[in-house]
Amino acid sequence: MSSKIRPVFQAVWTALTNGYVRGFMEGKIYQGESKKLCVPGLNCYSCPGARFACPIGSLQAVLDSGQYRISLYVLGFMAAFGVLLGRFVCGWLCPFGFVQDLLYKIPIGYKKGAGQRKGPEAGGKSKDGCTSRVKRKNLPGHKYLIYLKYVILAFFVVILPMTVTNFMGMGDPWFCKYVCPSGTLLAGIPMLIMNEPLRGAIGALFSWKTFILVVVVLLSIWYYRPFCKYLCPLGAFYGFFNKAAFYRLNVNEDKCIKCGKCQSACGMDIKTWENPNSMECIRCGDCKTACPTGAITSSMEELIRELKSKGSKEVSS
Amino acid sequence: MKLRALRYILLLASAAMIYAGITTGEAETVFRKAAYICLECIGIG
Ligand code: SF4
Ligand code: SF4
Ligand code: SF4
Repeated sequence: MSSKIRPVFQAVWTALTNGYVRGFMEGKIYQGESKKLCVPGLNCYSCPGARFACPIGSLQAVLDSGQYRISLYVLGFMAAFGVLLGRFVCGWLCPFGFVQDLLYKIPIGYKKGAGQRKGPEAGGKSKDGCTSRVKRKNLPGHKYLIYLKYVILAFFVVILPMTVTNFMGMGDPWFCKYVCPSGTLLAGIPMLIMNEPLRGAIGALFSWKTFILVVVVLLSIWYYRPFCKYLCPLGAFYGFFNKAAFYRLNVNEDKCIKCGKCQSACGMDIKTWENPNSMECIRCGDCKTACPTGAITSSMEELIRELKSKGSKEVSS
Repeated sequence: MKLRALRYILLLASAAMIYAGITTGEAETVFRKAAYICLECIGIG
């Protein structure tokens, strides 16, 4: 069910948070008061359509300003989103996650075999009509590469912006400047297409960032969400909240038959029945749809069920 | 039960952090960055 609703939800959310049409037409960015507020996902504030601020960009902006030792304001937003939703943000509320989901739907890069993504999300049946077309989920070295995002969070978002400073005590937003492909795609390319004076300033840095974007885009066609799995510092941060967040997944051990269908359906390749609140889980809900016994439920569904049964009890008494 | 309490404590702490950040001028710092084209983000800074 959620596999049908989710892309629509992601598209609507992306349109709402990046809906400043004039920005796209005139090559300018939105300057209203809402730019003080952070959105939950990795959403570049220099995107011509963006009406809000990116939490990772904002965090670096405060830390590299030389005026603060810590950013209570931005970390407050990030912790609030984290404790309410955990990585539900990644599955449902992040434009760059949505872009990667769409790229993975491009019908190339299928491979037959075990341990790879199966089912309708990855394309369903092959031409011969009998074997399921499958896509790879993970890059080689997956179990080590998943730790890279924590290194990026620590160094590129916090340590380098705070410590490598100029004579005025100001640093650079290292992640935005040298890594972020979301900024290149959602802000850099549209801005440079529409704003001629900016085009004159293109140099080696833009080539480097375009190279990263092209690599991420190509890998996202073959593998499920490589940027989210291995590189994104925001996903790394929200992952710490998955076990404690208000939104969690539960597996009913009496119903679970340990068939592993949840893991087969999971793009993040999680053994849901063993670890439903893994730091890697983006709360997409594909495992819930795939589970043949209905063993997987979310805390939200349980809450709604509880409220409904309370309501019907009150009506009958 | 402990985890439930932790959730509410974290939520309250986040709200307090946002409020504290507003009073120290961090919200303005974010605004100054977000309301003007960030050359680093677009890859020419
Ligand atoms: S991991 Fe990062 S890019 Fe991926 S969905 Fe989460 S916040 Fe967005
Ligand atoms: S799909 Fe459902 S029943 Fe099968 S292992 Fe996963 S949780 Fe258990
Ligand atoms: S465990 Fe379930 S909700 Fe989490 S990423 Fe995998 S399929 Fe999605």
